[in-house]
Amino acid sequence: MTLFVQQLANGLALGGIYCLAAIGLTLVFGVLGFPNLAHGALYMLGAYLTFFFLTDVGMPYVVAILAAALVLAFLGVVLERLVFHPLRHSPHTHHMIATVGVMFFLIAVVQEVWGTGFLRMKSPVEGQLSVLGAQVSWQRIIIIFTAVVVMLLLTLFLKRSPHGQAIEAIEQDRTGAALVGINPSMVSMVTFAVSLALVAIAAGLVAPINLLSPGMGESLNLTVFAIIILGGLGSLPGAIIGGFTIAIAEVMAATYISVGAGEAAIFVILIAVLAIKPTGLFGTAAQR
Amino acid sequence: MMNRLNPRFLGVALIAIALLVAPFAFSGQQYLLRVVTTAAIYAIAAYGLNIILGLTGQLSLAHGAFFGVGAYVVGLLTTDYDWSFWAAFLVAIVATTVLGYVSGLIALRTQGAYFAIFTMALGFLIFIVVTRWESVTHAHSGVSGVKFPENIGPIDFTKPTTMYYFVLLFLAGAAYTTHALLRSSAGRSLVAIRTSEDLAKSIGVNVAVSKQLAFTASATIAGLAGGLFASLNGFIGPDSAGIDRTFEILLFLLIGGMGTVMGPIIGSLVVAFLFETLQDLETYRFIVLGPIIVLLVIFAPRGIVGYLNELVPARFKRRDTATLADPVATAASNTKKDEVL
Repeated sequence: MTLFVQQLANGLALGGIYCLAAIGLTLVFGVLGFPNLAHGALYMLGAYLTFFFLTDVGMPYVVAILAAALVLAFLGVVLERLVFHPLRHSPHTHHMIATVGVMFFLIAVVQEVWGTGFLRMKSPVEGQLSVLGAQVSWQRIIIIFTAVVVMLLLTLFLKRSPHGQAIEAIEQDRTGAALVGINPSMVSMVTFAVSLALVAIAAGLVAPINLLSPGMGESLNLTVFAIIILGGLGSLPGAIIGGFTIAIAEVMAATYISVGAGEAAIFVILIAVLAIKPTGLFGTAAQR
Repeated sequence: MMNRLNPRFLGVALIAIALLVAPFAFSGQQYLLRVVTTAAIYAIAAYGLNIILGLTGQLSLAHGAFFGVGAYVVGLLTTDYDWSFWAAFLVAIVATTVLGYVSGLIALRTQGAYFAIFTMALGFLIFIVVTRWESVTHAHSGVSGVKFPENIGPIDFTKPTTMYYFVLLFLAGAAYTTHALLRSSAGRSLVAIRTSEDLAKSIGVNVAVSKQLAFTASATIAGLAGGLFASLNGFIGPDSAGIDRTFEILLFLLIGGMGTVMGPIIGSLVVAFLFETLQDLETYRFIVLGPIIVLLVIFAPRGIVGYLNELVPARFKRRDTATLADPVATAASNTKKDEVL
């Protein structure tokens, strides 16, 4: 029972990270209609930037995460302007290929600047909390708490603020939204900024409990794509439910079967869902 | 059959002659010949990707993994099990065909972005198997001492020149297959699917079967190229099956020109040449490569061959092949029409 509670807490913390990353990805898909294959690389960059602001600049942990989120949000706007805006009339295959180019570039730059080896970020909050006999580190509790708060704020932003509502409008009908005076380019930029800020927060939160390496985005990329496919591309509730389902399945399979089974669990779930429902659990009709 | 001496035909003939005499031009420079042979193997793999991405318009990110499976089957069978190259090569081709067919059954239920992500996951799964199944694949230590093809009569495959012509034979086969496919009804079905899957379905194209065949064929060609690669290289590691391999092949195809007959050859040779001249920049390779990919899809999505095809004056084009020979342009104009509507 203690082991179960322990692993459930681990699963929830991991799920929080996955959700933040997956929501960013699914937002971009909803608005721009293509999967950003560089998402994992941007997550990796977010972790390194948090490390940089915390260790080299000496900012407090929370400020370092926010600074990394700001830098990535700005990078998101730049990417939208330089790469994806010029491609807006091209087939979606071209967008995906361009994101591959961005991914290559980011990984190579991080390798040049920080080297190919592993980096360890010192945990800003030490200590553990005893829950039902299990020891749960404060860092994991911070992750779960922050993830929930950020998700609530995001929902508020999407449902209540004019910018957020514009994002939803564009997702539903790009031409229709443009006709009533919503600027699609503006919304694309905002979406990219929000998406990358979210992934930077996820990376900043996970950095103290994971090692940093230029390849760290690759496995996350796959997991997060599995999540949004599972939930249905562009679906926000799908990303949240998918995120926690995958995370808990991964942790439990790794605990009770084997580490390899944890990795495989993701793909087994993914293949099973796609074989039954090719547009994901919450997906609507096939994407055009 | 009208004017055979059009610029397109001349270009193809020129490349063919250049490839045929290359070993004589490089005589004494073993290293250069090896670079060209490797480029030719990647070109074969790029032909595989060309069928599913260039013609059918489906971005398969499992391509490098199929290449890796072909390489590993040949590598493991000729070393650990001491098979002859020919038997192992045949098994590699059959194995990747079966793998491509079976994974296509599930992968092709998905469309567009779902397909790209699903094949990426599939590729990663294969990569995990290669790195984790240590008792069979040797994981990170890789497989060394992969055999050259055994002699057939007087033909000695340990000679680099022989190996080069052996690879060239398959390259010519892949190029001819693409050429023949573009002129056949099967190829036209694929191009129709790329232009619009719904429209293709409505005019009676069997979309499911066509896609299944295209995906299987692309996996087979990738596996074949992988088998040749293992034999030429003598050593293979897990990175032979990694996602980076997929992206490299994608780059060759993109630079040469998606959906064209000569694109994969031109792309692979040009990139191989660039890599050799920029060798001092090895560490910066991807810092340069990444932006090049982005710039290419923005400014030259048709690649070198696609661009050259546009330059060919209209009077040289025979009317019936005009749309076939330049399918990318046709598709591009169609997409624009779709957007207007």
